[in-house]
Amino acid sequence: MDLSSINPTLLLASLLVAATPILIAAIGELVAERSGVLNLGVEGMMITGAICGFIIAVETGSPLLGFIAAAIGGALLSMLFALLTLFALANQVASGLALTLFGLGVSALMGQGYVGIKPPPTPKLDIPLLSDLPFFGPVLFSHDLMVYFGIALVAAVWAMLKYTRAGLILRAVGENHDAAHALGYKVVRVRLMAIGFGGACAGLGGAYISLVRVPQWTEGMTAGAGWIALALVVFASWKAGRVLLGAWLFGGITVLQLNLQAAGVAIPVEYLSMSPYLITILVLVIMSSDRSRAPASLGRIFHASG
Amino acid sequence: MKLTSFLTGAAMALGLATSALAQDITKVGFIYVGPIGDGGWTYEHDKGRLAVEEAFGDKVETVYQESVPEGADASRAITQMALQGADLIFTTSFGYMDATVGVASKFPDVKFEHATGYKTAPNVSVYSARFYEGRAVQGHIAGKMTETNIIGYIASFPIPEVIRGINSAYIHAKRVNPDVQFKVIWAYTWFNPAKEADAATALIEQGADVILQHTDSTAPQAAAEKAENVITFGQASDMSEYAPHPRVSSIIDNWAPYYIARTQAVMDGSWESVNTWDGIREGMVGIGEITDAVPADVKAEALAMKDAMAAGEYHPFTGPLKKQDGSDWLAEGEVADDGTLAGMNFYVEGLEGDIPQ
Amino acid sequence: MLKLEKRPQPSRSWTYLTPLLAVVITMIVGGALFSLMGNNPVEVIRTIFWDPLFGEFAFYYRPQMLVKGAPLILIAIGLSLGFRAGIWNIGAEGQYIIGAITGAAVGLAFYPMESWIIFPLMVLAGALGGWAWAMIPAILKTRFGTNEILVSLMLVYVAEQLLAKMALGALKNPDGFGFPGSRNFQQYPSGHNAEIIAGSGMHWGVVAAFIAVIFAYVLLNRHILGYHIRLTGQAPRAARFAGVRPTRLILFCLGASGALAGLAGMFEVSGPAGQINIDFNVGYGFTAIIVAFLGRLHPVGILLAGLLMALTYIGGEIAQSNLGLPAAAIQMFQGMLLFFLLAVDLLTNYRIRLAKAEAA
Repeated sequence: MDLSSINPTLLLASLLVAATPILIAAIGELVAERSGVLNLGVEGMMITGAICGFIIAVETGSPLLGFIAAAIGGALLSMLFALLTLFALANQVASGLALTLFGLGVSALMGQGYVGIKPPPTPKLDIPLLSDLPFFGPVLFSHDLMVYFGIALVAAVWAMLKYTRAGLILRAVGENHDAAHALGYKVVRVRLMAIGFGGACAGLGGAYISLVRVPQWTEGMTAGAGWIALALVVFASWKAGRVLLGAWLFGGITVLQLNLQAAGVAIPVEYLSMSPYLITILVLVIMSSDRSRAPASLGRIFHASG
Repeated sequence: MKLTSFLTGAAMALGLATSALAQDITKVGFIYVGPIGDGGWTYEHDKGRLAVEEAFGDKVETVYQESVPEGADASRAITQMALQGADLIFTTSFGYMDATVGVASKFPDVKFEHATGYKTAPNVSVYSARFYEGRAVQGHIAGKMTETNIIGYIASFPIPEVIRGINSAYIHAKRVNPDVQFKVIWAYTWFNPAKEADAATALIEQGADVILQHTDSTAPQAAAEKAENVITFGQASDMSEYAPHPRVSSIIDNWAPYYIARTQAVMDGSWESVNTWDGIREGMVGIGEITDAVPADVKAEALAMKDAMAAGEYHPFTGPLKKQDGSDWLAEGEVADDGTLAGMNFYVEGLEGDIPQ
Repeated sequence: MLKLEKRPQPSRSWTYLTPLLAVVITMIVGGALFSLMGNNPVEVIRTIFWDPLFGEFAFYYRPQMLVKGAPLILIAIGLSLGFRAGIWNIGAEGQYIIGAITGAAVGLAFYPMESWIIFPLMVLAGALGGWAWAMIPAILKTRFGTNEILVSLMLVYVAEQLLAKMALGALKNPDGFGFPGSRNFQQYPSGHNAEIIAGSGMHWGVVAAFIAVIFAYVLLNRHILGYHIRLTGQAPRAARFAGVRPTRLILFCLGASGALAGLAGMFEVSGPAGQINIDFNVGYGFTAIIVAFLGRLHPVGILLAGLLMALTYIGGEIAQSNLGLPAAAIQMFQGMLLFFLLAVDLLTNYRIRLAKAEAA
């Protein structure tokens, strides 16, 4: 066992990368859930975004266009969910699960000609002075732009929910859709936008996996990241800032346990592999003394009968 | 199984019917554990299937089913192919072993071929590849080329095949570089690109400048490419899109010659149950092109070793070798027997850490 | 323009007609899709829906529908109790795995002894294992108010790691030359969940699924506990006034769904699957959530929904190997079927009216 071989600087740097896809997907789902919609289809939207982004990035040679396409792809798929739950008034839990199944199938069909291809590289930030700083350089100033985009997105959502009128309306719709409707807010329109935002974010998160983190296309490559993103929203008790903490915690333990293994720590591998999940549960139990709760209308169907 | 007689009767009735219709066409079925698009294990088996079609043209019809879970679903998928008149069925994952043997007992006229297992029957053959021969070549190149003397190894599950690979690579790395150290991460997955990327990154961060992998995605290759001064080897598939650097060579599973030969045997009526464990010599294990990133002398040594194995002159597990606990395993010049290799569950001397139990 | 009007009572006739309608729409849209991909749509649809039931080899596929459907139904019945009361067990997959492990462990502990008592003990162990695993989120929820969705989901991943550990360690077949996987129950008569009538697909898990359907039906319609469950789901405040104790209800619903999922895992490992292996679980616990909702959380509905899902799985497999369709196309087709099944449910609860233009 040789713990000294673990380099904390590099560990922190890779933590940020490992956390990014689940962070972006989770912040989108958080907005959807704050509007009262529980979309369990994150995994399906992520994988669809992963392949849409991959195809466009490969065909155009531009990762930026790829990420844009991924957001559009994820949002388009989420519109199917919106159609089902907002207009056909179908059950949200079942619709979301069906969306995941559908998305996994669609993405696999779309990606059939794209196995074994390398996507164009996503440029990394390289600021002459800052990136060369001894500790802060590698940790803070040498990532690809999506890492910063993810953090900025969290800040933007936090500010939007807390300080803007749009955020207020969103929360009102999520807490009590009948009252919001009575006040004249367009419940369906708000939720439609929230679902679309969630889909776009999930798509971006997926594309981050296929374009940066792995980067390649293979069927089912998101491998459960969408479920982790869903769990993060609950973990964060529907608060934007805590999504960031949760994603870093989860990403951090995931990276750390691999590092501990490589360093030869005498803890059985299975327990190390379980640790991200067990620690998430543990932290959740500790935090459950906090009485913040889910949006009151979460998962309920809205129908304006008036 | 009382179902046996019932199904056999039905199958025979059907067998008569279809053979009357399509006398000359041999139907070959394939059961895959992953999607064809996995770029690794299943992808290579499917290349073997396409090679069979190529070789026999109109005289053969191939069918396949992908992403078949092990267990009850596998039994059904195999039975279904047999019912639909397949003459020869390849089941391409270890987990299909009991299902293959079970279904085979109900269809005595259909031939079955199970990959990487050990249970045979009059109409069930098993076949596997001596991937450890390829690992020996990898180990040699890795030992020569590492500058940090740390080699990272992404392992999947602690099963004999994987342990064999680690031992073989380690023995040959150590032989050319006594200071070499192996760091092993057990990913507990065959295929999870994100996790493999993380594992590779963790190993690189701890100083590894060579990454060996026994998982199927190219994610570790990409991680190595980002890190720049790290080399890798393709696994299962050539992964040549990462050549010439970081991927400096690869182990390729080449099932095509075997699949063609076995289909031919069914056509000729000469098929017999066999236990095949082929390696470099028979062409089942291929060494992908060694790129110019490897110094010429190292490349020549590696190729010489490959040729020696192909000629049957060299065995990667040749004594003197000791087990990890220091006890004797193979005496000077002694060669490991296939039985021990097949069930290998120990590290050789010098490897650190424990095999998960 | 069209306007939706809520029916005072769900329409009886539409309740029965909507699933059929959904299947028909799926056939049309799916058929169009398959023909775009260059297949003969009629042939694909026939292969998926007709061949398993009435095709040449239906004698084999019909029993297989029971084998595939039984675990789905068993798990979905348990989940539906909690879902009705607003208790979200998303981690049935984990309880399924643990039930299989504990059931198999008890059976293997007796190997090679032969006795009639072994199988009942395995059943008991499987149910207990699943129950215990579900008690973790239940107790955390009742004691600390921890969200059960997250805990039950996270425990799925933990259970998968335990499964790998067992398949490679404690439960590994000592005669298996070091390969992973336990002994096969199909070769251990006392521990084998064999078919009760050969060739019928009827193993004890299928029987248990039918019993669970009847039991749930009686519970929900005739028993005070069932009334409490329904009341809590529909009107939580009223339920509290009616003397429902939420803690007991949570423990009961999570416990029951865990025990049924554990049973399903145990019947699967000792019967159709035969052994504990690294990849033993194939997602029944997640698919069962869809089955529960497709069945409208009603026991009889779940029974039918489970069989329908099994049909599309088996038909999809046939389409793959006979027509060379990729597995992804089948997966997409299943997703579409679910979408339409969920969407047409609208007609059961709402009337579509043409509204006057000025009213809009």
